[in-house]
Amino acid sequence: MNGFLHQVIAGIATGGIYASVALALVMIYQATHHVNFAQGEMATFSTYIALTLVQAGWPFWLAFVATIGISFCIGVLIERVLMRPMDKAPVLTHVGLFIGLVLVISNLTGWVFDYTVKPFPSPFHDGPLFGGLVTGHELGSTAVTLVVLGLVYLFFRYTRLGLAMRAAAFNPASARLVGVRVGWMLALGWGLASGIGAIAGIMVAPVVFLEPNMMLGILLYAFAGALLGGIDNPGGAVIGGFAVGVIENLGGTYVVGTELKLTMALVIIIGVLLVRPAGLFGRVVLSRV
Amino acid sequence: MLLEVNGLKAGYGPTWVLHGIDFAVAEGGVTALLGANGAGKTTTLRAVCGMIRTEGSITLAGKPIQGKATEDIVRLGVAHVPDGRGTFMELTVEENMKLGAITRHDKGVAADFERMFELFPRLKQRYRQQAGTLSGGEQQMLAIARALLLRPRLLLMDEPSFGLAPLIVQEIFGIMARVRDEQQVAILLVEQNANLALEIADTAYLLETGRIVVSGPAADIRQDESVRRSYLGY
Amino acid sequence: MASETTTPTVLASARPARPALRYAGLLWAIGIALLLPLFTAESYRLFQLTLAAIYAIAILGLNLVTGYNGQISLGHGAFYAVGAYVAAIMMDKFGLPYWSTLPSAAVVCGLVGYGIGFPALRLGGLYLALTTFSLAVAVPQILKYKGIEEWTGGVQGVLVFKPDAPFGLPLSNDQYLYLLTVAIALGVFLLARNLMASRIGRAIMAIRDHGLAAEAMGMDAARLKTSTFAVSAGITGLAGALSAIAVEFVSPDSFQVALSITLFVGMVVGGVASIIGPAFGGLFVVFVPNLAEEVSKAAPGVIYGIILIAFLFVLPGGVAGLLRRLAARLHR
Repeated sequence: MNGFLHQVIAGIATGGIYASVALALVMIYQATHHVNFAQGEMATFSTYIALTLVQAGWPFWLAFVATIGISFCIGVLIERVLMRPMDKAPVLTHVGLFIGLVLVISNLTGWVFDYTVKPFPSPFHDGPLFGGLVTGHELGSTAVTLVVLGLVYLFFRYTRLGLAMRAAAFNPASARLVGVRVGWMLALGWGLASGIGAIAGIMVAPVVFLEPNMMLGILLYAFAGALLGGIDNPGGAVIGGFAVGVIENLGGTYVVGTELKLTMALVIIIGVLLVRPAGLFGRVVLSRV
Repeated sequence: MLLEVNGLKAGYGPTWVLHGIDFAVAEGGVTALLGANGAGKTTTLRAVCGMIRTEGSITLAGKPIQGKATEDIVRLGVAHVPDGRGTFMELTVEENMKLGAITRHDKGVAADFERMFELFPRLKQRYRQQAGTLSGGEQQMLAIARALLLRPRLLLMDEPSFGLAPLIVQEIFGIMARVRDEQQVAILLVEQNANLALEIADTAYLLETGRIVVSGPAADIRQDESVRRSYLGY
Repeated sequence: MASETTTPTVLASARPARPALRYAGLLWAIGIALLLPLFTAESYRLFQLTLAAIYAIAILGLNLVTGYNGQISLGHGAFYAVGAYVAAIMMDKFGLPYWSTLPSAAVVCGLVGYGIGFPALRLGGLYLALTTFSLAVAVPQILKYKGIEEWTGGVQGVLVFKPDAPFGLPLSNDQYLYLLTVAIALGVFLLARNLMASRIGRAIMAIRDHGLAAEAMGMDAARLKTSTFAVSAGITGLAGALSAIAVEFVSPDSFQVALSITLFVGMVVGGVASIIGPAFGGLFVVFVPNLAEEVSKAAPGVIYGIILIAFLFVLPGGVAGLLRRLAARLHR
């Protein structure tokens, strides 16, 4: 029973990571109707930046904040330089751009930081707590994730800029008519998504170790979480991410075993598309053929 | 003149919808732009606030604005109640109204909100509701409130009577008259209902297939039997 | 993106005989260019050219569904993998002849494609991209799965052997395989060309360009889309089977997500919605990484990515589009 409970808690901890990446995906989806396939690679790259800063002697949390800032700028830059000029291009072009980004960023990561698997320090008390029910890192990373998700919610709900960003995503034409600089809102969205991805990367790296493909599987689970919650619903995506984390952990332990974990994400994705394409909390899905 | 437009061509694809029109909007007061469906009225409003491709000259208070981005023109004090009302359906009434004032940083915003509630009491009742649940008339009021909250010098209104019941239309035009009298704003009104528009307007222009065919004081046009017969159809 | 699409059939019938002669000359030139390596290339170079032809077939499969039908697949590596495994298992576990594996791989992949494509097709666009991408990521793990290890050889994979030339032809294995692959590629390319020039081909493109209108005109869009997906997967699976024979080895790690991405890059670089484009795509994905690898291990990926992005910005029609433009200029 204790084992089961531990699996649930561990699932919530990884679910927080999936929820963060799913939120990053949904933020860009809402604003542009594109799914950023490079979200995982961008997060991995950010995590390497964090490691470099920590190894250079920076205190962990300073490196953490600095990495978020740098990642934010990278996200803004990518939107401005690559996505903006292709604004009106067909979907295939956008998918191509994302794939190009995946290739460039993941290989650049390997090139600059080399391909060896590296341990990543956890800022939290290492070891089991409450009689082995939860590890210090699981507890800490879940707390960080929840705080971040909460801040993102407050930002979008209660600040002027958050409101402008939502307006730009929902109805760009009307947003321009009230003076919102829609182009910059998209760039900001990319920056925020990139920053959130960086946090997810830093929180998961101590568990899975750091290597250039670290986020690939996580991106898959984030897809599954986003679809499960509804790809146009940030709150739903977060809940979906947590749910997928728990499902993955329980399924991995009790049903299929760890070696087919990625396949489980695929099964969830196909299952959601077959049974409830709008997701649990999503609105009607518009087909964009 | 607050807004001066000379030789304005505008269109969506490779062809022009407007073939070089001239008109002007005075400070304060209402200028009406009349014409049949497809004459180019909505296109004119879109051209003024930079939503489509244009050629020619557009000046606001003497400064050229042709070719500027929509958001920059809006920030110069041009508010637009667009065709289709432009409601942010997913957001609440409150958030829709806040968006109207999103570019403002002055102290008067709170007072302007109060004024909107006085002009549109229904918006106060619906304040926390999702805007998508409002009726057509309420959405039109919301669109006007959103535009006025910018505290514009120039207010562009695209068919505020469209698709609304006569009683609501009366209410909205009554409010427009109040705004005209009580506030420092010039209104450029596009209407298919010429009778209604000419009642409230000081000056009027008549568009036909992208060209201005008649212009003059609204009162004269109202009286001109031949214009009424051939263009306005009443 | 597809200007060559409808015109060829119309023009061909109206054209006088002289250009036909010019075409014949072109065909001879292509034929000689294809046969030349048999006599001049050393065996490794020949092997690379064989691989390029195999990739060309795989990319053609992808282009049918993504380029012509507008359904974005980022997971065609999965069908390539299934085709390769079908061939390897048939040869290694059942001792079946290599040639029998090719149609079998195509059929099996067609069925798998039908099954995978079906749920996402109805939703179109990004959902399919997302599902197929996930499939591509999951494939190596599925191939390693213990429950099917008896067949797949797990992490170890399966070893197979290159066939000898039949009828006592005086050709080495590599030469024979090159010839066989090029012949199959020509056949598949010709079939694809005829398919796209046919009524069905026009319907396939109509669905890409005007989905709703096509449906309103009475086309069964869903069925046509699933069928296109199945045919596309089958062609890519055939290429996979050929690759297993040519490489003499299959293992889960040869079918990582990078493979799917490679096919996608090859499609864009060669020319989206072009029949001849994938041939250039095949050459590109085999030879450019080889050149780039001399710079660094990571270089091929980075260069791939940059070239892909550059093509999208500058040459969205790919190499085929560029040639078409040059040809049009010469004609004038």
